[in-house]
Amino acid sequence: MRRKTILDATGISRSLGRLALELTERLQGCRDVVLIGIHRRGVPLAGRIAETLKRVEKVDVPVGSLDINLYRDDFSTFGTAPVLRGTQVDFDIEGRIVVLVDDVLFTGRTVRAALDALVDLGRPSKVQLAVLVDRGHRELPIQADYVGLSLNTRREDMVELRLSEIDGEDALVLESPDAGKKQKG
Amino acid sequence: MEFRHKDLLGIESLSAEDIATILDTADKMSEVSRRPLKKVPALRGKLVVNLFFENSTRTRSSFEIAEKRLSADALNFSASTSSVQKGESLVDTVLNLERMQPDCYVMRHASAGSCSLIRKYTKASIVNAGDGAHEHPTQALLDAMTIRQKKGGFKGLEVLIAGDISHSRVVGSNIRLLNTMGANVTVCGPATMMPPHIESLGVKATTDLEKALCGKDVVMMLRIQLERQRTGLFPSLLEYYKEFGLTEERLKLAKKDVIVMHPGPINRGVEMSSEVADGPYSVILDQVENGVSVRMAVLYLLLGGGDNEAAH
Repeated sequence: MRRKTILDATGISRSLGRLALELTERLQGCRDVVLIGIHRRGVPLAGRIAETLKRVEKVDVPVGSLDINLYRDDFSTFGTAPVLRGTQVDFDIEGRIVVLVDDVLFTGRTVRAALDALVDLGRPSKVQLAVLVDRGHRELPIQADYVGLSLNTRREDMVELRLSEIDGEDALVLESPDAGKKQKG
Repeated sequence: MEFRHKDLLGIESLSAEDIATILDTADKMSEVSRRPLKKVPALRGKLVVNLFFENSTRTRSSFEIAEKRLSADALNFSASTSSVQKGESLVDTVLNLERMQPDCYVMRHASAGSCSLIRKYTKASIVNAGDGAHEHPTQALLDAMTIRQKKGGFKGLEVLIAGDISHSRVVGSNIRLLNTMGANVTVCGPATMMPPHIESLGVKATTDLEKALCGKDVVMMLRIQLERQRTGLFPSLLEYYKEFGLTEERLKLAKKDVIVMHPGPINRGVEMSSEVADGPYSVILDQVENGVSVRMAVLYLLLGGGDNEAAH
């Protein structure tokens, strides 16, 4: 297994800053916008984007968190039921623009489940997707509206975003199985 | 944090970590019940058979709501309207139901150990919803969820369980759970309703309610089955109330922030006065609400892992 650090703390902060900037540009002042992070690492990311928006654009954007484990379609691949983190959306999403936030966009199945979970909470006027990393290999027709970094990966690679709120450090790490000993993804 | 069980037959088989996982999951399930759209697809396509050989309105309704909130298909099978009336045995009933490919049985039966018995005849998960006076694990778990919500934890908590200790299916599960989580349990009731050697379960026992109430954080009153009056265990309901009924006056002996619990249905003026049941210390209705969350959590943890054959 080869481990390579793609982004350090500064790189992550720069990517997120760019992403927040693009968001305000496209959503024109972020009126009626809410951010909802997908557990686990989408939640601190949503918080950081909201902080940037407050600092740079002087707008307060409500932040919520979404647990998609009760909406998954891949239960059979787990040995035990996934740990629930809880959904916390203390504001009405009816008629608002919801920006879903996640760390790494891969197969698209997490986002599909998140869309199901979201419509159970209300009917937003628009739903968009912001991810820090898009690593490709989609299994569903889902694309992100805002991408911090597009990364070329092989299907069997592991992309891990580490965040100080959860992991004690900020780093984007790519792990590749050694050549010759190819593993199935 | 991983929950590796196929069945929930009793509290006995759960570790402190397992119990914490169930309670954490139940806390998260409460959010689902408070939404305008109270349903998630977690157990879509799973068949849960509610196999009730004894009458139970609230436990069964609570399970049924939990199953529906998780999108499982619920089949209600009650002994009074079924083939059991025609003389079918428990094992035969299960063998027949088995061919309808259920994923889980929620079972209530008058005989202790009946859930363990059917385990041999089914591939499905089993949740014990009360087997005789043996165990009623989801009741103990919903009590624990309520205690944790109000008290923040269990370590060193002084808990009194009072009433008909002998005939309660709640008491055994509760003692096991509270001991596992580090609370100190006292039981109190008339000598005729106290099983011999109850201390061997790791509790203090007394027949003096006022003494028992002193310094308690939690007071759990058990139901007196009115039918038992005729069996001579106590002279009259009024006399029972006089000796063992919880009144506001007596409650003052407990800690200032005491909570009062009852598994329901309550007999006002027997186990406790109306002032206590409806008073500020009472968390009886919170227990009912938490019952749905705990049962959702148990079903999700047992069935949500996909391959429950692998989870043992």
